Order: sequence, then structure tokens, then C-alpha cells
Amino acid sequence: MAARTLFEKIWDEHIVCIPSGQLPLLYIDLHLVHEVTSPQAFEGLRAAGRRVRQPKQTFATVDHNVPTEPRGTPINDPIAARQIEALQKNCKEFGVPLFDMDSPDQGIVHIIGPDLGLTQPGMTIVCGDSHTSTHGAFGALAFGIGTSEVEHVLATQCLPQRRPKTMLIDVTGKLAEGVTAKDLALGIIGQIGTDGATGHVIEYAGEAARSLSMEGRLTLCNMSIEAGARAGMVAPDQTTFSYVKGRRFAPSAVDWEKAVARWSSLPSDPGARYDKVVQIDASKLAPFVTWGTNPGMVVPVSSHVPELNEMKNASDRQAAERMFEYMGLQPGTRMEQIAVDRVFIGSCTNSRLEDLRAAARVAKGHRVNPKVRAMVVPGSQAVKHAAEQEGLHRIFQEAGFEWRESGCSMCLGMNPDILQPGERCASTSNRNFEGRQGRGGRTHLVSPMMAAAAAIAGHFTDIRNWRFH
Amino acid sequence: MQPFHVHKGKVAPLDRANVDTDQIIPKQFLKRIERTGFGEFLFYDWRRAKDGSFEPWFPLNRPQYAGASILVAGKNFGCGSSREHAVWALEDFGFRAVIAPSFADIFANNCVKNGVLAVVLAEKEVSEIIRRAAETPEYKIMIDLEQCTVRDDRGFSAEFPIDEFTRYCLLNGLDDIGLTLQHETEISAYESGHASPYASAP
Repeated sequence: MAARTLFEKIWDEHIVCIPSGQLPLLYIDLHLVHEVTSPQAFEGLRAAGRRVRQPKQTFATVDHNVPTEPRGTPINDPIAARQIEALQKNCKEFGVPLFDMDSPDQGIVHIIGPDLGLTQPGMTIVCGDSHTSTHGAFGALAFGIGTSEVEHVLATQCLPQRRPKTMLIDVTGKLAEGVTAKDLALGIIGQIGTDGATGHVIEYAGEAARSLSMEGRLTLCNMSIEAGARAGMVAPDQTTFSYVKGRRFAPSAVDWEKAVARWSSLPSDPGARYDKVVQIDASKLAPFVTWGTNPGMVVPVSSHVPELNEMKNASDRQAAERMFEYMGLQPGTRMEQIAVDRVFIGSCTNSRLEDLRAAARVAKGHRVNPKVRAMVVPGSQAVKHAAEQEGLHRIFQEAGFEWRESGCSMCLGMNPDILQPGERCASTSNRNFEGRQGRGGRTHLVSPMMAAAAAIAGHFTDIRNWRFH
Repeated sequence: MQPFHVHKGKVAPLDRANVDTDQIIPKQFLKRIERTGFGEFLFYDWRRAKDGSFEPWFPLNRPQYAGASILVAGKNFGCGSSREHAVWALEDFGFRAVIAPSFADIFANNCVKNGVLAVVLAEKEVSEIIRRAAETPEYKIMIDLEQCTVRDDRGFSAEFPIDEFTRYCLLNGLDDIGLTLQHETEISAYESGHASPYASAP
């Protein structure tokens, strides 16, 4: 058989049939569901008299709307409460397991899948959320879908899918101290653009990608959608297997050995071909900060807000002028001179234990600048619990950070955690779109260490010069 | 869903690239549990000032584009969040088609599911339509999905690519869940050959 890529192996394995004149029918192993993009899908099932085909391969949680105040506080937003109630009712009616508000397993869908061992190599995974690309870190094919497709998967456990193209991003060299998976992701998007991978599934390979921890790979794959990619993946290896082993839904005993043997055959064959290949030299990357209103508008923290004549083309220049105005920035301003009002450490990009440890290491022995309000929102109840076991919450609280309950929170501001107009935020989330964190809010995307450092300094600061205690 | 054959309508230009779904329908309007009623919130933060009044500069607020059913925009339209609410809002507002040099993948899929046609034209052709829409009162174009063409009454003509299956679904207004369920035998066969990944789980 011809040499195949990781993507091609998973794709081929999951084709149910290719009906004549139609798209290939792809089988879906795991379907994750949350409160915002599912109510209309369940309603569609109900209207058509259909059931959920595989409730045991479907898992739901509440994450987008949930307040991050202590659990048990009533939800003040009646429309959000209605959406959460709709999910509870739908899960009960259709037999779908739900990790509800009061569950120790509640959390952001893309955090709890890996946490619980639901996410495994070689799987096809979908969710009505664009950041489903996160799960590709395990060598799974994972992508976001719309609500009609959610209904399709609920009803059939399949999706008609056009076969995407493949892109290899070969990350050579090593990331320097202080340069993280988040910076790698931002560096890639800065280079290829927010539509650089549209229609493609990215496979991240090379020394720097391989040497990332699982958490780092999750961050990297998470941001694939910000480059327009259908999905992002990293081939499974010992790092992957060690992470999965022993988790609640992971294969156990005899099944484990068989699974590892199967997963070990997934990495791309030597000589496998990709539709596009991109080279990135990791050793040249710095801690990045975005300055504009899409994640491709990014510069090293040691640099400045670009001048118009540094923009690639006329349409970027035109867009940049609007961004300067929205972001309240002058071209040429040094990034380290930009003061922040808020700091958000959280989201499906950067709210795992490793992220919180990195931020806590920066915060330890320091105080949050009195002009800054900083919050830490763990990705899941399990992450929160594990962090508290290590005492991370005390480090944050002693430094003046708020330590909150798990959820999507200020990444998209569907719950009460939002920016006020004109407020500037250093955020570990994934999108700096206009109004994303609150109307008129100004978002700068950074790594967890850079966010923690900005909270303390009161402005962006180069983590490579940080005084760790 | 409503089939799409030939549609002639007024054009509204939105000369911006990378219009993300957070702009098309801001998050505060995603909490409805119905598919309907999103139109009034379309481009809310651009269309409305902070006090709720209409922003005069925004194309969809300008009288010359009132009643437009075709939106023309810059590249990578619909990027970002997977929210299908973006398409529901466009459709509910009265748009039957969006024309752009490129679309984000999930948004394009969501369009097909709702009978909204995402037409990809070359950057030059899109600029030309935007120019004509700005200069010509009541500027209309005709989108023909049978012929895969876009034309106006003043000599503009372009062809657009679309894959056969998408075209077939749109022309026939198909419920593709029904189509998939016709393959029940194959799906069951696949499932009996592949153990559920959580067979041994609690």
C-alpha cells in the first residue's frame, strides 16, 4: 500500500461508504455536546421523531454559559439558565450522559475529553465548537461542526464529509526558554495567516512539536482553527500513551496493549505526501503578543505595534488602520509599553494544569499591579482540584489573582465575565476578535506566563527577563 | 430547507476581509434555543451604536441597500466560531447568498445546511461587484445555481465553482440526515465490525 499520512489512515479507517454522487460518509467515534450549539439539534431530532443513535459515544457538559462564581450561586441570566435547563432536559430524554454544573467532571468540553480519557488516538471526534481541533493532539481527527451537523451526528453517528487536503507543518529546532506552545501557535498563524490552512488538516511534526508535552500539543492543535484549518494533529507516541493510560474511559488491561499496538501504527509512513508543507524554525520564535483583531496580527513582545509600511499588502494596511483605532494603539508603540486593565488566564487553549503551574511560577512571591484585575479560571473541576492539591490557588490568591470555578468564561464572555468598553486584556484565550470578550474590549493573546507577568507588571513584559522567586 | 435555483436580488457590499462569526452574530445572542429570530441581531455591534441606535456608516443601515438579499464581502468570510447562528441570522435578515473570494470551512458547511448559497468568486470579480453596488442605485445581480453563474444587467458575468453534491443538495433543498439514514445497513455493518471505544468503560 502507498505511504499514508496519519490523517489518511484515520480517514480511511472511518469511511462507512461512499454513496454514488455523494460525499463519503465518515463514522464518528466521539461526539461532545455543550449547551450553546445543541438545543436546536435536539429539537430537530424531536420534530423528526429520531433518537440519538449512540448515546454511549456522546457526552455532554455545560461550559459556555456557566458563571465562574462559586457553584450554587443562582444563574442571574434567565436566558442562559434556560439554555442550561434545555441541555439537562435533552440529555435526560435522549439518554446522553451529562457532566452537569454540580459534577466533579464538569469543565470545558475540550479539557474534559482528554481529562477523562474519552479522547484517544486514531478516533474521529466532533463537537459543535470550532476548537474541537484541540483533540487532534492525541493523533485523532477532530473538528468543529455546526448545529445541523450536530443533529446529523446525533441521529446517524456519521457525517457526509468532503475529504480535506493535508498540510505538514514541520517545526524544526527547539523552543527557547520562555517560549511556549502558545507562542509556537501564534508564530505559525502570524506566518501563514488566519486562512493559511483553510480546507486543510494540519499535521504538526518536527523536533519542537514532538518535544511538547500533551498539554502543549493540545494548545497547539487548539489554535489550528485560527489558521483556518479543518483540524490539527500530532502523531501519537509514548508521550500520548503515558497521558492516556489509566484515565477513566481509556482502554484497560488486555484492551490497553491492543490499543497501544493499534495506535503505534498511526504515525505517517515515511515518504507520505502532503498537499502543502510549511517549515517553521522554532529557535527563531519569541514570546508573542497580538496587537490587532485577528490572531494573525502578532509580534514578539520585544517588538512594537507595526507601522503601516511594515504590512504585507494594501488590504492588510486598510485592515490595520481600523485595528489601530479599535485597539486604541499607535503604530510604532513598543509592546512592553502597553498597559493592561485585565488579565484572563483560562480557556480551552490554556487552562490545563501545566498552564496554571507555569502562570503560578511567574506569580509566586509577586503582587498583581493595583490597576489590574486578574482572574484565573481552571478548565475543569478536575484541573481545579488538582491545582488546589498542589497549592497553586494559594499562590494565585496571595498574589492577588481571583481563583474561580471552571468554564469558558471570559474567552467569549457568554457568562458574566466580560470586558467593559475600552478595557485592555492580556488573555490566554484564542481569539482577539472585536468584541469577543465584551463589546469594545481590547484583547491581546499571550501565553499563560506572559499573562501572569503582565498582571504583575501592569503592562506587557518579556518573560525571558522575569525575576522568578 | 428552501431549494436554491436562480435568485435575483439587491446587493449589499461589506468591503472587509476576515469577517468572523463573532461579528456576524455576537455571543450575547447565542442563548436562544430556537433557530429563528436571529435576524435583528445580525452584525449587531457594527450595525448599532452603544445606545442601540443604528450606525449610519454601516452598509446594511443605508437606505440604498435596504431589502438586499445578496451580501458581498472580502476573503475568509465566516471565520472563527462554528456558531450556525451566524447563518441563521443572515438568512433571517433576508440574505439568500453571500459572495466572497473565500469562506471559512465550517461557515460554508453551515450555509449549505440552511439553503444559503456561498458563492466563491475571484478577488477581482468580488471587488467589481462591490464597486458596482456602491455606484449603482438599486444594484441587482442574478445568481444561477443551475448554470453556476453570477450576472448583472450591465455586462458583468462570472462563473463560480461548486462541488456537485453541494449543488445537488441546494437545488433540491435536501434534508441530508434522511440521505444518510438510507445507508442504515452500511452504518450497522461498520458498527458491528468496530467495537465501541468505551466498551470496557464504567
